[in-house]
Amino acid sequence: MSALVFLIPAALGLGVLGLAGFLWALSSGQYDDLEAASQSILFDDEPAAPNSESKKT
Amino acid sequence: MNIALKIPDAEITSEKNRAHLDAAVDGMTCVSCARRIERMLAASLGVSAAQVNLTNRRLSVDYDPGAIDGPSLLAKVNELGFRATPLSEGLSESAKRESRALIRALGVAGFAAGNVMVYSVAVWAGLAQDMGPVTRAVMQWIAAAIALPAVAYAGQPFFQGAWRALSHWRINMDVPIALALILTCISSVIELLRGAPHVYFDGAATLTFILLIGRVMDFNARARARMGAEALAALQVLTATRIDADGTLVNVPSRSLIAGQLVKVRAGERVPADGIVEDGRSDVDMSLVSGESVPESISAGARIFAGTLNLTGPLNIRVNAAGPDTLLAEIGRLMDNAAQGRSTFVTFADKAISIYAPMVHILAAATFFGWLWLGDVVWQQALINAVTVLIITCPCALGLAVPITHVVAAGRLFAAGVLLKSGDALERLASVDWVVMDKTGTLTQSHPALVGDAAAPNHLALTLALARESNHPLARALAATYAGQMQITLSDITEHPGQGMSGHDGARIIRLGNRKFVGVDDVANDGLAEIWLDPGGGQPVRFAFETPLRTDAAQCIQALKKDGLGVEILSGDRQVAVLPVGAQLGIPATAEANPSDKLKWLNRLRDQGHHVLMVGDGLNDAPALAAAHVSMAPASAADISQSAADVVFRGDMLMPVARTLHIARFCESVVRQNIYISLAYNIVAVPLAIMGQVTPLIAAVAMSVSSLTVVLNALRLKRA
Repeated sequence: MSALVFLIPAALGLGVLGLAGFLWALSSGQYDDLEAASQSILFDDEPAAPNSESKKT
Repeated sequence: MNIALKIPDAEITSEKNRAHLDAAVDGMTCVSCARRIERMLAASLGVSAAQVNLTNRRLSVDYDPGAIDGPSLLAKVNELGFRATPLSEGLSESAKRESRALIRALGVAGFAAGNVMVYSVAVWAGLAQDMGPVTRAVMQWIAAAIALPAVAYAGQPFFQGAWRALSHWRINMDVPIALALILTCISSVIELLRGAPHVYFDGAATLTFILLIGRVMDFNARARARMGAEALAALQVLTATRIDADGTLVNVPSRSLIAGQLVKVRAGERVPADGIVEDGRSDVDMSLVSGESVPESISAGARIFAGTLNLTGPLNIRVNAAGPDTLLAEIGRLMDNAAQGRSTFVTFADKAISIYAPMVHILAAATFFGWLWLGDVVWQQALINAVTVLIITCPCALGLAVPITHVVAAGRLFAAGVLLKSGDALERLASVDWVVMDKTGTLTQSHPALVGDAAAPNHLALTLALARESNHPLARALAATYAGQMQITLSDITEHPGQGMSGHDGARIIRLGNRKFVGVDDVANDGLAEIWLDPGGGQPVRFAFETPLRTDAAQCIQALKKDGLGVEILSGDRQVAVLPVGAQLGIPATAEANPSDKLKWLNRLRDQGHHVLMVGDGLNDAPALAAAHVSMAPASAADISQSAADVVFRGDMLMPVARTLHIARFCESVVRQNIYISLAYNIVAVPLAIMGQVTPLIAAVAMSVSSLTVVLNALRLKRA
């Protein structure tokens, strides 16, 4: 039973890690709009290196 | 649903040096449009942050009201060629917060349910073998440490809901859930302190998790319904060109227009107010009012409405209603009221809970006092037995049996090209006994097609040469039909607004347009949309169009009638176009119904006790769609109509309407079976629990078996 001393904290720690990751993803807005990402392929990318002209517009 | 057609200042929230503005932006096509707006605003004086969301076409700006004001910010966006309309952001911002809070609670509950189960299973397994009391106590304390804070946090939606209901002297589904959660936790803590073998922390955590899943699904379905109002606001025109008495043109906000003023609407602009055309000629897309996709030719004296699109020529319009008095604003209000009126719908689960909840509470209380007075046990044991009754009867069945069936049915419909937008749509669909169909775009296809006669080849070439230069839908249908014909080129091609096209072939003048334009006003009119060709000498040639019925319209109507449903047509189109369709399909037809007529028609049917399914696609159908018991729109429908409808179906066929009704009825019978299965399980388990004979292990096994039965039963829908 002494194995439990390590196994329980390890299991709980991994669970908490997963939960923390999920809460971080949620608070950074990744669940706010679930449709935009799937549509983004249809839109044009911005030019890789925007030139100084376009910044003025 | 709060429609943002109010005064712009109200939507600008300001503090001392910070103000925030939200707007709907029309006219963006790609990411670079969005970036252009962001960069322009970010470079403006006084703006601290600007963000554009392309998907929902929203602009959100933080700025210093001392340096710049909201209207001039929007004017800057309009200068770039977009159309920005201020929006009320309050609702949607709070909805976003609520959604995040729900998902966060779901995450916490999921974590707790999974981890608590690890220790519960260990204890159950240990009980049958040789786990010592100390190890068991450690397991139970860990479970308590996880479950108690998690339930306290994640159970909040239920606690708050129960509190709101109780403080208004009502009982809803949240009350027994909250009571079961609280009592489960309390009794488990008492048991834990007594060192008893059974605790229920796993039950509390799992229950919270499962019920939250249902809550999140429900919330998402509702959130989607709010989009309609925002799309409507984008049709609202921000600025108008007023013509003053001395003939000068002034740009003014369209809300400031008053009756009696004269405005100019150029080709391609939306009309800013309701009024009468004083001067000019054009084709106007009136689909907002009539649902008819073919533009109307408009000239002096015609009535015109805000939000309609002026296609070909400039018009001068004498305003007779602006701002909140326009038909467009009226449609918004009609939708608003209609949607509110319908939210009183009581689902089967709600009805069941209103009987079930008091019964559960009475049973639990009877168990407690029965044991206390007759059973001769300490009060803790009586409480434990009462709580066991509450847990066993907890509305898991209603919380899981109904959503799982709906999710499977929604998946089945999705595969068939039908999208369910609201959670209770299936239940509403199952009770439908009357179907009201719009004509144009619903029974018929959305684009006009040429009927019958082919003209002589040289006429076709002339026709094509003119038709392909025009944006008029009939001309485009002609051009599409004859694409690939012999090509000739005409010179001096001119578009005559509201009349047609002309061009020169050598010395001959070729005309393509309406009957007046070609000079054949005296030929009998059979009600079909038409274009005439004057080949510059000789007999004018007529091209007639109709929007053909969807190929399976008759079949679908037959299927609906066979199921004993009443079917009728209710259209905003003219008598001559609607009545033949009704006769052809063998169903009653009503023509020339405007948006509020349609609404009244539906309300009358409702008062007669009918459960009406409205199928429509036009903007003019939107209030009726929102008001009907349940509504469907094809995917080709206007955005607002799609948002107002409960169900959207894709493709060129009408059959999905009949299929959806079929699946909904099947789904309803499965839901009822599932509830009966759960009740049967309760009838066996509750007496045992009242007698104090149920251990957590037995309860857990029985619960899993009943859940499994319910899920398997729901999966039958996949083959429906």
